Amino acid sequence: MSVLGYTIKRLLQMVLVLFAVSVIVFLMMSFTGDPVFMVIPIDSTAAEIEQARRLLGLDRSLLSQYFIFLGDMLQGDFGRSYVFRQPAMQLILERLPATIEMVLVAITLATAIAIPLGVYAGANPNRPVSRGIMAGSLLGISLPGFWVGMMLIFFFSVRYPLLPSSGRGDTVEVFGLRLSIFTADGFAHIILPALTLALATLAIMLRITRAGMMEVMRQDYMRFARAKGASRRSILFRHGLKNALIPVVTIFGLQLGDLIAFATITETIFAWPGTGKLLIDSIYRGDRPVIVVYLMLTAFIFVAINFLVDIVYTLIDPRISVK
Amino acid sequence: MADPLLEVRDLRTYFHTFGGVVKAVDGVSFDVRQGEVVGLVGESGGGKSVVGFSILGLIDPPGRIEAGEILFAGENLAAKSEEEMRSVRGGEIAMVFQDPMTSLNPVYTVGHQMDEMLRLHTDLDRKARRARCVEMLEQVGISEAESRLDAYPHQFSGGMRQRVVIAIALLAGSRLIIADEPTTALDVTVQAQILKLMRRQIVERGAAMIMVTHDLAVISEMADRVVVLYCGKVVERGRTAEIINAPSHPYTRGLLDSIPRIAERRDRLDQIPGTVPDIRTLGKGCSFRDRCFRAQPVCAEKTPVLSPVRGSLDAACHFPLEETAP
Repeated sequence: MSVLGYTIKRLLQMVLVLFAVSVIVFLMMSFTGDPVFMVIPIDSTAAEIEQARRLLGLDRSLLSQYFIFLGDMLQGDFGRSYVFRQPAMQLILERLPATIEMVLVAITLATAIAIPLGVYAGANPNRPVSRGIMAGSLLGISLPGFWVGMMLIFFFSVRYPLLPSSGRGDTVEVFGLRLSIFTADGFAHIILPALTLALATLAIMLRITRAGMMEVMRQDYMRFARAKGASRRSILFRHGLKNALIPVVTIFGLQLGDLIAFATITETIFAWPGTGKLLIDSIYRGDRPVIVVYLMLTAFIFVAINFLVDIVYTLIDPRISVK
Repeated sequence: MADPLLEVRDLRTYFHTFGGVVKAVDGVSFDVRQGEVVGLVGESGGGKSVVGFSILGLIDPPGRIEAGEILFAGENLAAKSEEEMRSVRGGEIAMVFQDPMTSLNPVYTVGHQMDEMLRLHTDLDRKARRARCVEMLEQVGISEAESRLDAYPHQFSGGMRQRVVIAIALLAGSRLIIADEPTTALDVTVQAQILKLMRRQIVERGAAMIMVTHDLAVISEMADRVVVLYCGKVVERGRTAEIINAPSHPYTRGLLDSIPRIAERRDRLDQIPGTVPDIRTLGKGCSFRDRCFRAQPVCAEKTPVLSPVRGSLDAACHFPLEETAP
């Protein structure tokens, strides 16, 4: 199948998934209490409540409410936040760059450390250093992110005040996006939250890389590469790593989606004004439109990342074709 | 006679396992002269592959070369550092592996893997390297070589992959090729083609070859001289024709008798009784004695030493077979 045909097929799948998600999200939201109390003044009369309900369309059947919701969404109208009285999508998109830049720093950091260490530990499984790496990675998986975040703040902001622990710092506008990473102050602000986010991903990717390398090390082509006179570095990273990379890319994709969608705890700890913080605030305030859009966007991000991951598979292993 | 290209002197490669020390290669000596094919023969577990890997320094822990010299063109490979061995591997000495289905890297094109050999061991530029790869693929009998260079290993059949592996081994002009059971994994009809190809390509270049195999039929076709290994020791060596016609060691005799022949129909194949003993628990005496039809009490007392028997044959046996033996 051609790449174009494949892409079209995947796009159709993506639409289906998003449709299913919209149904689930809508149903779940309709069970979470009456939103009318979010919008009316606390001393409203019964008639005023009734009128607000009619204005919001909450008096109609669930099915017709869903179709209004779906129809509006298809026209690009995702509803307005009850709290901010602004379009919900705009609210999220304003905060998305903050989350994404933090996540990208975190995942780059995690990958840059996890892959070399994983290759080393997989190629020399019996060395003390490898055992140390593996023990460390177990720690990285087990320690909860909020605790790590608090410890980092305690050591690097309180005990030794080297790095800021709260907010984004100075931002600068790049291509219409407000980013912290390009200013010195912003960069200092991004380090601790990114480190907190990176830790678990680093540990998982390291372990996956190591497992893949241990499997690959046993293969004949690795010995053949040695018999050709290739350097150890080239044997490990060119011949070995590429063969061990498929599961690593899978985990990378899942973790990337996970970090973007659910950086909530880290953003809360470091008062990072990203989407995660917006989500948690919206849940507390019962701000239904924001939650719905957020979940739809999350589903979209996951589906899109998965699509890219599948494309990357075919670039890594010629035996995998787009089907 | 000219100095041998390769002299293996009293090579000992041991594996230190939890169950004890496995003396996979225990005092093996033989020579390989230029332009010659030497066969290393024996049953599975006889240590023949380990000899090949020892020569290239590809023995990994828990294995180790304990003693002995591997003199290649006068230099002792066993004493070289890993870095020095890198230029020997693929450059001076190349290797062909047993299973062509697994010895090529699945995620790189055939051309890339051939090119790597030339990048490592020559100064040719990209264009010259590509031309050389095309030429080499044609020489091992792969048609449309130019376009096949961009194909991946999984797009080749087993026989074609082994041709590619052989082409890679020959690319950098190595003087010695070590072939470890190069045709065992292939169909019989393809086997014959590949063997002919290897013999022609290697001998015509004036290179030498060590052919590791359990298959005496292959040896009789290919090798000039044979070294028979049993439990890590050389039990017999000599010119191929003499060994095939009238072996002097009972083990070699047993190996020859267990080859099925179509011409003479027999109800049962002759086989060597028993199995290879546990190499970790070998004591003194001849390791073959429990399976040998000529064994005497002395065989358990004294380990036989490799010594001339007749013609070109050396054997490690207290009671070597006569030429007229049944």
